[in-house]
Amino acid sequence: MFLLKLLLKNAFRHKLRTGLTMVGLVVAICAFGLLRTIVDAWYAGVEGSSSTRLVVRSNISLTFPLPLNYAQRLRAVEGVQQVSWANWFGGVYITERNFFPQFAVDPVSYLALYPEYRIPDEQKLAFYRDRQGAIVGRKLADKFGWQIGDQIPLRGTIYPGTWTFTLRGIWDGADVKTDESQLLMHWGYINEVLRQRYKGRSDQVGVYIVGIDEPNNAAAVGQRVDKMFTNSLAETMTETEAAFQLSFVSMSEAILVAVQAVSLIIVVIIMAVMANTMTMTARERLAEYATLKALGFSPGFVVRLLFGESLLIAALGGVAGLLLTWPLAAVFRSAVGTLFPVFQVSGLTMALQLAAALGVGAVAAAWPAWRMSRIDIVAGLRHVG
Amino acid sequence: MTAPLISIQHLSKGYVRGGQAIPVLLDIHLEVMAGEFVALMGPSGSGKSTLLNLIAGIDKPSAGTIEIGGVDIAGLSEGELADWRAANVGFIFQFYNLLPVLSAFDNVELPLLLTGLSARQRHERVAQMLQLVGLTDRADHYPSELSGGQQQRVAIARALVTDPVLIVADEPTGDLDRSTGEEVLSLLDQLVHELGKTIVMVTHDPKAAARAGRMVHLEKGVLVDEVGA
Repeated sequence: MFLLKLLLKNAFRHKLRTGLTMVGLVVAICAFGLLRTIVDAWYAGVEGSSSTRLVVRSNISLTFPLPLNYAQRLRAVEGVQQVSWANWFGGVYITERNFFPQFAVDPVSYLALYPEYRIPDEQKLAFYRDRQGAIVGRKLADKFGWQIGDQIPLRGTIYPGTWTFTLRGIWDGADVKTDESQLLMHWGYINEVLRQRYKGRSDQVGVYIVGIDEPNNAAAVGQRVDKMFTNSLAETMTETEAAFQLSFVSMSEAILVAVQAVSLIIVVIIMAVMANTMTMTARERLAEYATLKALGFSPGFVVRLLFGESLLIAALGGVAGLLLTWPLAAVFRSAVGTLFPVFQVSGLTMALQLAAALGVGAVAAAWPAWRMSRIDIVAGLRHVG
Repeated sequence: MTAPLISIQHLSKGYVRGGQAIPVLLDIHLEVMAGEFVALMGPSGSGKSTLLNLIAGIDKPSAGTIEIGGVDIAGLSEGELADWRAANVGFIFQFYNLLPVLSAFDNVELPLLLTGLSARQRHERVAQMLQLVGLTDRADHYPSELSGGQQQRVAIARALVTDPVLIVADEPTGDLDRSTGEEVLSLLDQLVHELGKTIVMVTHDPKAAARAGRMVHLEKGVLVDEVGA
């Protein structure tokens, strides 16, 4: 109790210095948490992927389509339970700044493969029945204030012209990892228009999504699929949904590495700042530590005083930084809109924030504590702080 | 015949600076009886503070023995010496050396944390000591809120609170005006005559030294004269 009282009083002896150090810690821990959350958001697609879904695409490039008739052949592959398909639509809603992902899908088979999209049955049926209908995730609907029945005009970039869809449903994600920032429309409708206007571009599929019976069979099923289409006009590359998502993440891996490096550098910088604070503190109190040792207190007591004070400041700054991360993440989330489908401060990030703060406190105190535990009492008593 | 509380034999202390040996104390012999008030005097650099530090167990001799209460403290390890100091020595410093973030009460309580006393026992003991030095009404004051004389009285209460056999005082009136210094010296007198404490005090001030029952003079590390032995 006495030690705690001494720690608290020592920690706030120089209120301005301690306050500024804590502000630095709050900023650093908050920045660390936000940067980690950005990295997590980048990987959200991978995290939210299913282990029982495979993605089949052209082995030349994602931009090369596959024929529609592959669907029938895929259904016959051993281990395949469901088959659906999707095309990237790439439309513009009013302005390019409003970017969000849009996919033309086969509604019934697609939603069967994505049970994590929770949509009321009547909305689902309304979507199935309306070939010009669309459904969107909750986050996207909230962003643009869309209601059921609203008309959503999209200017096609891949598929020329202006396409207007009627909003028939809004899905909620089964958990925080579920993407709620997409728009889905009927592949059949798009294909029908293409058949009329650009015959050569109809009956083509961007990717097939294949539901398999058992996650352990993913590799075998993938090999069977790719083998089946070997030497065909459109050879395939089949991978798990996670690997497919990861291939997008890997395109920006250098940026992610840089972001992670910056988050660590911030922690190292605040560590140096705090170490400086603790070193100054210890030097100023040299005569006090010498007095304590003269009175019979052990070097360990002096070590506990310095570590305790440093950890106390670090813990207070760390917790404040952690608490501030939530509102800042919310602001960031609303600022970036649907750029990151999932932007959530994870439990692991919070634990790492606290660990980083305490690590900073411990490292900052190490050198001054070691020095002060070894001070010569006589020399220390001569010191004028 | 009663054995002396402090028995110093063939005590030498030296430092090495830049490869050169610098002797500070040379073959000191000194005995102090329990209940004595001894003043160590001498010019700057004579080694009086070094001798006091050695007696207090915060420095180690180069040669010789320092027996206090029958214990040769020169042979104790750092840890043993810390325990020995906590139990046997009370310190009074020239600049009081109180912890500025603690109240007078907490400063006096500090050495008691090294004893096995309960909080209630500690608080009773601290209250007694503050009453002894006449600062009961200043118990909650911080050092910065006390005058120099009051701070030194808090330091004296801290030195006494564990009931040590020996009190060492390094220039206890050096930072005080004449009348406040007199008050502090009277308090030290009281400790010797009423509580039977043994005090070894370093001072430059002949008037302060005159309050001690015995004066020991050092010059260039050698004990040259004694008055009142």
